[in-house]
Amino acid sequence: MSVGREREVSRIVCDECTRAGALRAVAGRGLPSIEPGMPTPAGTGLTRRGFMARSLGMALTVYGAGRLDIFDEGIAAAATMPKNPILVTVFLQGGADALSLLSPQADPLYRKLRPSLAISGGTAFAEDDRLFWHPALDQIAQLHGEGKVTVLPAVGYDHPDQSHFTSRHFWEVGATDSRLLTGWLGRYLDVVGSPDNPLQGLSLTGSLEPALATAKVPVAAIDGPDQYDFWSPGVWGQVEDRMLEAIGMLGNAGAHDAASRTAAKVAGQSATLRRQLQPFGGKKLTPAVPYPAGNDSFPRSLQGLAAMIAAGLPLRCVALEATGEYDTHASQASELTPALTTTAASLYAFQRDLEARGVADRVLTLVWTEFGRRAEENGSGGTDHGAAGTGFLIGTKVAGTQVGEYPGLASGLDRDGNLKATSDFRGVYAALLEQWLRFDAERILPHISKFKRPTLVK
Amino acid sequence: MGAPVYRGNFDASHAERLLWRAGFGPRPGEAAKLAKLGLDGAVHSLLNPGVEKLVGPKPHDSKGRPFAPADAWGHDHCWWLDKMVRTSRPLVERMALVWHDWFATSNAGVGDQGLMIAQNQLFRKHGLGSFEQLLLDVTANPAMLVWLNGTQNTKDAPNENYGREMMELFTLGADRGAYTERDVREQARALTGWTSRWSRRKGEYDFHFDASRHDTGIKTVFRKSGDYAWRDACHLCLSNPKHASFFTQKLWSYFIPVAPDAKTQRALEAAYNGSGRQIKPVLDIVLKHPALHTGPRMTKPPVVHIAGLLRRLNAGVTTDAWAWIGGLSGQQLFYPPNVAGWDDSRWLDTATFRGRWIAVGEILGDRRLDPGKAKEAIDAPTTLKRALAFWNNPELTPATHRQLLRFTQRALHDARTDKWKQVQYPVLVENALRHLIAVSPDLQTA
Repeated sequence: MSVGREREVSRIVCDECTRAGALRAVAGRGLPSIEPGMPTPAGTGLTRRGFMARSLGMALTVYGAGRLDIFDEGIAAAATMPKNPILVTVFLQGGADALSLLSPQADPLYRKLRPSLAISGGTAFAEDDRLFWHPALDQIAQLHGEGKVTVLPAVGYDHPDQSHFTSRHFWEVGATDSRLLTGWLGRYLDVVGSPDNPLQGLSLTGSLEPALATAKVPVAAIDGPDQYDFWSPGVWGQVEDRMLEAIGMLGNAGAHDAASRTAAKVAGQSATLRRQLQPFGGKKLTPAVPYPAGNDSFPRSLQGLAAMIAAGLPLRCVALEATGEYDTHASQASELTPALTTTAASLYAFQRDLEARGVADRVLTLVWTEFGRRAEENGSGGTDHGAAGTGFLIGTKVAGTQVGEYPGLASGLDRDGNLKATSDFRGVYAALLEQWLRFDAERILPHISKFKRPTLVK
Repeated sequence: MGAPVYRGNFDASHAERLLWRAGFGPRPGEAAKLAKLGLDGAVHSLLNPGVEKLVGPKPHDSKGRPFAPADAWGHDHCWWLDKMVRTSRPLVERMALVWHDWFATSNAGVGDQGLMIAQNQLFRKHGLGSFEQLLLDVTANPAMLVWLNGTQNTKDAPNENYGREMMELFTLGADRGAYTERDVREQARALTGWTSRWSRRKGEYDFHFDASRHDTGIKTVFRKSGDYAWRDACHLCLSNPKHASFFTQKLWSYFIPVAPDAKTQRALEAAYNGSGRQIKPVLDIVLKHPALHTGPRMTKPPVVHIAGLLRRLNAGVTTDAWAWIGGLSGQQLFYPPNVAGWDDSRWLDTATFRGRWIAVGEILGDRRLDPGKAKEAIDAPTTLKRALAFWNNPELTPATHRQLLRFTQRALHDARTDKWKQVQYPVLVENALRHLIAVSPDLQTA
């Protein structure tokens, strides 16, 4: 992932889809928002029909006629799956500044290191009287007050790497190993997942998040559940149905080498995914609670996700990227606030949405970033790459007690002037697998026995 | 010394693969023409293409106006796509795409299409020349200075952004023991001094080096000390013993999906160092190597796939929809996902597959056949043959051919009940086949 074409080329394994990710991070930003005047990408020319899915008691709109009978059956089949827990991960891309998210406002050293960037105001953090929530994180503070947020004030790993790509890679694969080729959740899905359900590992950023990269079972990437259809000019009726089936048949085509096999496999997965998402086609989903308005893809994706969970679609692990770019080498003050505001408001709405739909107990959300930032500001009104960062776990089932402590600026900085980690992400992953997903972490996380598991779940 | 050279038969299908790797695929007849030159002649013609000629229909946006790449949203993408489609110098454009990925700069951070286009011209100018010159020009390039905070890097307030990425991503690679965190900080000091002016109307402009903002102290980089400035920072990276191996392996990986063997690796580095860091001698080895001509296929990047489909049809760029369709396919030009560029080992997933589907639909829209005009029933093999002829008869694997024929047979079987279906369905099926062929594994890879 880190750059390393030079390593990438020396380690070609059989399957493009799995080899890759290891070596360079994809920072998918989701799909571009549709500009006014753009043509409708797909679905044009098909009739829309409202449809009441009796198995769900919810109204849906579908494209095309004469096929409504199969939806209820499909949804019903999915809905009868055992109700497994769902883990959602949200990535703050670029390395979010721990000392802004939770700031030691009363520490004179903080003011000295951050003459122009020190944060003021915000709610006091109830578990540590040295820290205050960033004012833009008010709604996260509110959920924390309800016992629905576990805070990791300084999470990281020993010998921190300050490359975005290397550090992100470590977090994505669940080990400080630059050679691992599959994501930590991908390896979990390879054990518990099924060969015909790409929805089990769902990336909602428009491209596959590396944590979900599997070696065996299919996973999916979409922008939202309401726009995954395939339309072709001059093709309709029975021939169109056959064509959609034929996309899946391309899954059996090609296949003499890794690239062709991947291209075939993705065609097959796309056809399966289209069938699974068919009931959501072409309809603006009505959320149970209001989400942040605007064109941003993060709240839209979360909103779609809540609807999919409530509809009983067979999801297990879901990966998203939060609003904003957190690599604040410059103009940190003006960039961080709007990004955190939308991110916090979206996560809050998602939590309330899940609660209103009665599915909150099935979902736990991990918010993470590849590292925190340098304690001392850099003079461009920004901060450079650091070490330990902030993490959050959100959900009705989280323990709600902080994991590790804020290490302080006087003795908590390393040689490079970066915050030292007081909890290790690998211990957090092991605890999530064991306490939330009820899965033996030793099976998929290398050398995990030496890491202490914090209590994360009630 | 001496890397292996492919000495097998060099026919049109070999020439076609070469045109995909070193360009954007053949126009009708182009592969056969190139094959006549033999491998050496073919590679020579790609490396020494002469002045640019643009061949084919003139580009325009959806309203028939010329593209305004420096100004209008999405026109930057379409302007470059048109060059890819019409150029007489495919390798120059393909190398520009390589450098765009290598020195990945996004207009999401720069916010000035004019600066992005100017940087793009740099990639075209030096794309086959000296990497040293390219690195120097990129380091002083306004779009890059904005993107990686070069103009905010001053002696009183060093900003490490460019200093780190020039080593990690552009010249040396992370985790290879080539540099330390201390080197990052010292390089940042060496790179201080760039500045610009700002106006409400023009944004950032007048990029220049201002000695008063430069740190003139002694810096220690790679255990050597001196009063280094930005040119020294570049030369320090280029003369680092780990640079040549990084450069040659990274360049190789854009063209060939398996690592070079040890002998080839030595030859690549010798060609690079021996020529004073010229790009062309390295490419000459890569493009003639047996691993390119007989090794596994590669996934075409989305813009390469799309440009290639247009070239197959002798079609032009006649809509600005290509910009957002490029985004859906996973590659909007001038907007790489981050400074490491696109992950070209992960082009395809269920989202980008749908983007490619939409791209093909865009091409087929105006070319669809009208079933109302059909006169007679046509059998399955003929229907498939016609659809393949539409794309100038691409080579398909037997497995792909079998699946397409099975679809054709099933869909035509549905027509047996009604006379009108027997006449009209073959046309609907031919439309569908054109779409399926273009997204088949065979056409997405080369």
